[in-house]
Amino acid sequence: MTELLKVQGLCASYGSIQVLHGVDLAVSAGGVSALLGANGAGKTTTLRAISGMLKGTGEISLSGNNIIGLSSDRVARLGVAHVPEGRGTFAGLSTEENLRCGAISRNDRAEIQADMERMYELFPRLSERRNQQAGTLSGGEQQMLAIARALMLRPKLVILDEPSFGLAPIIVHEMFKTLRRINEEQHVGLLIVEQNAHLALELADYAYVLEMGRVVTSGPAVDLRGDESIKNAYLGQ
Amino acid sequence: MELLLQQILAGVASGGIYACVALAIVMVYQATGHLNFAQGEMAMFSTFIGWQLIQWGMPIWSAILLTIVISFAAGVLIERTIFRPLVHASSLTHVVVFIGLFGILNSMAGFIWDFGIKTFPSPFGDGTLFGLIGKHQAGMIATTACVAAFLYIFFRCTRLGLATRAAADHPVFAKLVGIASENVVSIAWGIAAAIGSIAGMMIAPVVFLEPNMMVSTLLYGFAGAVLGGLTSPVGAVLGGVIVGIMENLSATFIPVVGAELKLPIALFLIIVVLVIKPSGLMGRVVTQRV
Repeated sequence: MTELLKVQGLCASYGSIQVLHGVDLAVSAGGVSALLGANGAGKTTTLRAISGMLKGTGEISLSGNNIIGLSSDRVARLGVAHVPEGRGTFAGLSTEENLRCGAISRNDRAEIQADMERMYELFPRLSERRNQQAGTLSGGEQQMLAIARALMLRPKLVILDEPSFGLAPIIVHEMFKTLRRINEEQHVGLLIVEQNAHLALELADYAYVLEMGRVVTSGPAVDLRGDESIKNAYLGQ
Repeated sequence: MELLLQQILAGVASGGIYACVALAIVMVYQATGHLNFAQGEMAMFSTFIGWQLIQWGMPIWSAILLTIVISFAAGVLIERTIFRPLVHASSLTHVVVFIGLFGILNSMAGFIWDFGIKTFPSPFGDGTLFGLIGKHQAGMIATTACVAAFLYIFFRCTRLGLATRAAADHPVFAKLVGIASENVVSIAWGIAAAIGSIAGMMIAPVVFLEPNMMVSTLLYGFAGAVLGGLTSPVGAVLGGVIVGIMENLSATFIPVVGAELKLPIALFLIIVVLVIKPSGLMGRVVTQRV
């Protein structure tokens, strides 16, 4: 298994409070890894440390290159697109402008245009909202826009922080289908944090359970589906 | 009737300068969320630099262009050295530093060039056009139009413009798509300083050059920016021009107002706008579903 992302012994703190105590995880090339755990386990912090939003210590390598300590704009330019928790769009910019922002580090004008059309095909609802201010889109549409904007980077790895949060089940279902399609068609690696463990384990091929800033269980997603420790992690027992 | 038309044109001319100041304020506000109270003094200092270059024998247009370039660089430098370390500081800290910068630039200009008034030549020459408007006033209007058009194209059609808007909208998310938000802030400061220098050099032939020349212009600029809604460049231009017209018409046609009460009208306008419609004429009320 070639590793796209490899995290080893990742530690991170908010001020004097240490949140991560040596997290190890990996995403294989073109693979999907899920990061599960109860609230406060350190899932979001792990993602933030990987994308450079938060300074961490340890090892984070992307296709073999060490990316720890780089600022988040540099990490993004290396091919890591982080879709933050909540509605991570530029509220005051239109849908189209949001997508253009996603491709802002690219120079291939014609390809950008083609990718944009591909996004509208992937997320037809966005197509109807091209010139609408992103802040006025529905929650589901904004989440789709955030994902589409991340893909406009042509990333190697997309990091998703609770993409289903606050969305209706039918929209979540649709979104996960699209995520699978993206993963299969474009061979983009996904690292997904999700409260809905069932959904996440369905999509992922490998999963990690985080507890108090440490990985307590990990293994192929199929094996973890019936695992008791998952329930425990979520119930915080 | 002719007097009315003349006054309106004169209002548009000075309003254009207020619009430039308003644009400079909006640039920095968009990028940082702070109101640069020293914008006027930065413009004044730039104007002195332009004047000095002309005194040293540089042709006026070259002096103006070089001053704009110097001002851009100075704006970037001020952001990097003074304001970048304060990026997480409170608004109050910023206000104090802005006022400090105001005082420093004002005193330094007085120290270097003394406080006596100087004449600043107009690049557009003397005389009038069609007996209605001075050549310099016509030039002021044209300059404003150029500045506004330049900014419109910059924001709407260039990648750097889009990056600036994204960084202004959400600096953290902007970094996640690969925009170095810090550099965008520097560029915004540079552009604001450059526009300010244009405003200073355009108004200087009218109000004379001295360290306090921008104080009232800054207030009118603020009034314009607030009227336009601090988040909109188009609103800033519109607001500035409206303030200019109001200023001229009220001074001419309302007997009580005259020259002394012109300034309080601008302040009154700021208060009225903030009370009745805080988002101004064109300000974006970011509608966000929660």
